[in-house]
Amino acid sequence: MKKLIIVGAIASCLASNMASAANYVIDTKGAHAFINFKIKHLGYSWLHGRFNQFEGEFNYDAKKPNDSAIKLVIDTGSIDSNHAERDKHLRGKDFLNVSKYPKAKFESTDITFNDATKGTVTGNFTLHGVTKTIHFDIQKLGEGSDPWGGYRTGFEGNTKIKLADYGIEYDLGPASTHVDLGLYIEGIRK
Amino acid sequence: MIRNSRNSYGWIAIVFHWLSAFVILGMFALGLYMVDLSYYDPWYRDALTLHKSIGVLVAVLIILRLIWKYCNAQVGEIESHRKFAKLQSRLASLAQVAMYLFLFVLFASGYLISTADGRGIDVFNLFMLPSMGEIFDQQSDIAGLVHLYVAWTLISVVSIHALAALYHHFILKDLTLKRMCIPQTEK
Repeated sequence: MKKLIIVGAIASCLASNMASAANYVIDTKGAHAFINFKIKHLGYSWLHGRFNQFEGEFNYDAKKPNDSAIKLVIDTGSIDSNHAERDKHLRGKDFLNVSKYPKAKFESTDITFNDATKGTVTGNFTLHGVTKTIHFDIQKLGEGSDPWGGYRTGFEGNTKIKLADYGIEYDLGPASTHVDLGLYIEGIRK
Repeated sequence: MIRNSRNSYGWIAIVFHWLSAFVILGMFALGLYMVDLSYYDPWYRDALTLHKSIGVLVAVLIILRLIWKYCNAQVGEIESHRKFAKLQSRLASLAQVAMYLFLFVLFASGYLISTADGRGIDVFNLFMLPSMGEIFDQQSDIAGLVHLYVAWTLISVVSIHALAALYHHFILKDLTLKRMCIPQTEK
């Protein structure tokens, strides 16, 4: 029991260290960050949408890129596919069940850069109450001073998830079992 | 015979009554049916289009019905000296007011579900009921819950209303149900 408490205390210290180590806040205030998705419609075309509300922080230093980390919390209820009736359906029990699972989360466990801009993120993604480890490629787009006295860095990353892996079993047809997620973030250095 | 009299409904009110009754019960069934259709069901889209189009027309029907009601003589109560007759007739009027009220809540909430994204409601390709946009946060979800619960509440009151009519007809053996089916001649 004592051990557990000590381990817990160390873990929470580490966790808070990770949080305080984050030197960038994602610019959701100015909407310079997007979490987009697309899914095949019947196998004939793409349906696009996005999550309008989320927040997050990341840690990045061009000198120590492999010490990077990112944490994102998404309000699942903010899903927006530009169609009220569809969005209502997506928020309901057939899909995201947002009253039961109002948040989706991603927290990286490892970020490895292969060169100056390209890398791979590994982390735990929680959606619909199910947590899975995923990894996907990211790319740093650029960094530098902005015209208003701040300092910004931007990344993009794409991944594909299988809906059934997260307990979302509604049948949209054989071409629509996976969703592509696109992460486009710009962070402002604190 | 066309207009209402002091002791009976006229044909117009009778047609309004039964038309609303059948359409509203049908809409309740259609509503429950359509939300459980699978994506590949041929009715997945048409059931909703039909529900929305009929819904707008029912709103028009009910407004016309209320206008007609107030342009006509008030149909009086059927005289009775039974115990609780007064109380029952007050409850009956309350149920009628409640049904109208719930219907308007259904019209409003149904409209708010579909129009939250700025899209209007296309009524049988005849005309477009314009959207007022998103008036409040989480509009389609909140309106959707209200729509579902009020529909069930309405149908509960409708059931009581129908049982009460049968009670009048078969147990009390009075004209309550008959005068809503065929206009009664003046006595």
